[in-house]
Amino acid sequence: MGKRQLEMREMAATKRTSSGAGAKADSRSRGAGDNSAPAIADFSKEQELHAYREMLLIRRFEEKAGQLYGMGLIGGFCHLYIGQEAVVVGMQMAKKDGDQMITGYRDHGHMLAMDLDPKGVMAELTGRRGGLSKGKGGSMHMFSKEKHFYGGHGIVGAQVALGTGLGFSNKYRENGNVAMAFFGDGASNQGQVYESFNMAQLWKLPVVYVIENNKYGMGTSVERSSATTDLSQRGASFGIPGEQVDGMDVRAVLAASDRALEHCRSGKGPYILEMVTYRYRGHSMSDPAKYRSKDEVQKMRTEHDPIEQVRKRVLDANWATEEDLKAIDKDVRALVAESAEFAQNDPEPDVSELYTDILL
Amino acid sequence: MPIDILMPALSPTMEEGKLAKWLKAEGDTVTAGDVIAEIETDKATMEVEAVDEGVLGKILVAEGTEGVKVNEKIAILLAEGEDASAADAAASAPAAKAEAPAPAAPAASAAAPVAAAPVASEPAEDPEVPAGTPMKASTVREALRDAMAEEMRRDGDVFVMGEEVAEYQGAYKITQGLLDEFGAKRVIDTPITEHGFAGLGVGAAMAGLKPIVEFMTFNFAMQAIDHIINSAAKTLYMSGGQMGAPIVFRGPNGAAARVGAQHSQDYASWYAHIPGLKVVQPWSAADAKGLLKAAIRDPNPVIFLENEILYGQSFEIPDVEDFVLPIGKAKIERTGSDVTLVSWGIGMTYTMKAADELAAMGISAEVINLRTIRPLDIDTVLASVRKTGRVVTVEEAYPMCSVSSEIAYQVQEKAFDYLDAPILRVTGKDVPMPYAANLEKLALPNVGEVIDAVKAVTYTA
Repeated sequence: MGKRQLEMREMAATKRTSSGAGAKADSRSRGAGDNSAPAIADFSKEQELHAYREMLLIRRFEEKAGQLYGMGLIGGFCHLYIGQEAVVVGMQMAKKDGDQMITGYRDHGHMLAMDLDPKGVMAELTGRRGGLSKGKGGSMHMFSKEKHFYGGHGIVGAQVALGTGLGFSNKYRENGNVAMAFFGDGASNQGQVYESFNMAQLWKLPVVYVIENNKYGMGTSVERSSATTDLSQRGASFGIPGEQVDGMDVRAVLAASDRALEHCRSGKGPYILEMVTYRYRGHSMSDPAKYRSKDEVQKMRTEHDPIEQVRKRVLDANWATEEDLKAIDKDVRALVAESAEFAQNDPEPDVSELYTDILL
Repeated sequence: MPIDILMPALSPTMEEGKLAKWLKAEGDTVTAGDVIAEIETDKATMEVEAVDEGVLGKILVAEGTEGVKVNEKIAILLAEGEDASAADAAASAPAAKAEAPAPAAPAASAAAPVAAAPVASEPAEDPEVPAGTPMKASTVREALRDAMAEEMRRDGDVFVMGEEVAEYQGAYKITQGLLDEFGAKRVIDTPITEHGFAGLGVGAAMAGLKPIVEFMTFNFAMQAIDHIINSAAKTLYMSGGQMGAPIVFRGPNGAAARVGAQHSQDYASWYAHIPGLKVVQPWSAADAKGLLKAAIRDPNPVIFLENEILYGQSFEIPDVEDFVLPIGKAKIERTGSDVTLVSWGIGMTYTMKAADELAAMGISAEVINLRTIRPLDIDTVLASVRKTGRVVTVEEAYPMCSVSSEIAYQVQEKAFDYLDAPILRVTGKDVPMPYAANLEKLALPNVGEVIDAVKAVTYTA
């Protein structure tokens, strides 16, 4: 083992302070070299409560979406984000105005984090005219130029090349913005991911590649699909720094996101964050998830739940009472109920919409 | 025995070139591998190396001569002991024939023309070009380059990216000079990663830039077709009109010459199938310039299908400040009354020659150059069919599910009562493109096939 590798090991060891989401969940960075920021961000009361509310909104929203799917009100594919909330919320807390997000088909959480109206998201899921895409996109295809959210893409891995293009546009325009391209452990084996890595590093494009490693690409575990399972090092042959992050701890996500965004914004090129996380539900609503044990899921829920972690810290620090948190919960439930109400009562798109928005 | 030095072919499509410079003089000794001359094609300057040893006996083509045909004798090499008189004798002998055997293709065009009265089939005016517009000669290559340069001067959001577009000046020299004028920020050499850079281009377009993505050939764009269709064409619809992709995908498409099956396919019908795309397939230099400028300004994804064989061909184009043609409008290239010939892209080459021969035979053909495949200007075709009652389509692509098939469908649907004969199509054959010269010639359409089809629909023997 070379000296540099030893140093990195030591550096990684000093960072093992998080509660962790399992064997691979410690925050550690390799390849970044000059990385000395802490693995866990020190959250203020406001940050904790903000994260709590944002994650809870995603959780409750997705639970409601699952319910509406079961009632036949949402059709087709529906991929829920439950369990992974800390990833997108931590990144949202780190980003600046103008930074873009783009992701794959498990996108509801990203849209809510990017401040898109829950009513518009839910009405799109039910295919109604008030949906963000007028009911013509569905669960996997929603966009908002105004909020810098670029989809919502149904082809696994496509968002990586597209997100690299967003980074390209930032560099072309010299606007100081950074693109965040989210994709899963499954997508991380797609060829275009590496075509994108190459160009992004070659041209020093401001892109953070966020690999949401929820351990299964549909029903195939990372171990069964990937020759190497430390996905943070997938950019190593291009010289792109990467780190593994405890994606169940919103503070670890924020700290790593700060480092990644700063790296990109300062003109050093792309950065990879492997967010080690977990989805509680199946790949989609029609997936019974028989490829993993109930115990595995239960262990995650009880020991590493991203929302429960914040809740416990807030209560321990006396930053809020049970009553205060219940009030937030009530507020969030009301917002979700309102969006579900809207999504059920809003009319379907006018039939004339069939032939609109094909060409400008 | 003196050895003939012949004008070499330096690319699959080269037919002639300029003998730019002799690096050896008469009387010089030459050994194999010596560079003896420089030859300029429309794409590049290349060095010619000697293959044999000897003394350069006589130079037959002076340096600076343009338009020297491939295989023309350019010098005589003398073997040891031979003198200059042998060179003179060799110079007067005809060059060795190295042509492929003639294919057994239907050769109706060679049939003795029927003595016929002159017919009305004349070059038509382009309604997009007012009478009296000054014209100039331009190759398709120059027209494409000028179109990009003009649009890049006009709009800072326009940039071009692709393999070899910058420092190499374009694999087919379409982007010649653009790097010098616009710099590396806007003229970008990509790695050989079609899927990746097509996706990157679409992402940049979603963010509001206006990329021109050059594919070295559209054959390679099959690696990128997911982004062209799923990302570029469908996003406007899927976003409820919020976000589109103003992007041009361009490059040579279809068969070049002797490059085999994987480099010889016409993708017009593939892309024309997709709602959310516009598909343009120019023939002339004017088509190329006016339509590429329109494509770059268009807020939608546009597939711009060029042809390598046409790049070096010269046409008259309007010599005006800002020549833009409308996408979606066909042009009547020749007016006629007996039959409607519908073609586009390189298919026009056969079609225009056939129309000339048909005129000599007393058959008046109206020739429609579609220019755009999607949206298809079927109205111009229908107006002509109502006049002639007969239609022949001409294209190089495969016949199954072709653009011709679609035209035939729409014509029978909308002008059935006007038809006096079945609609016939002349297409490439339903085979992967063969390499052998004779088979390749058979696989492509030819003028004789067009004339045969016209004879069939006009019931003339």
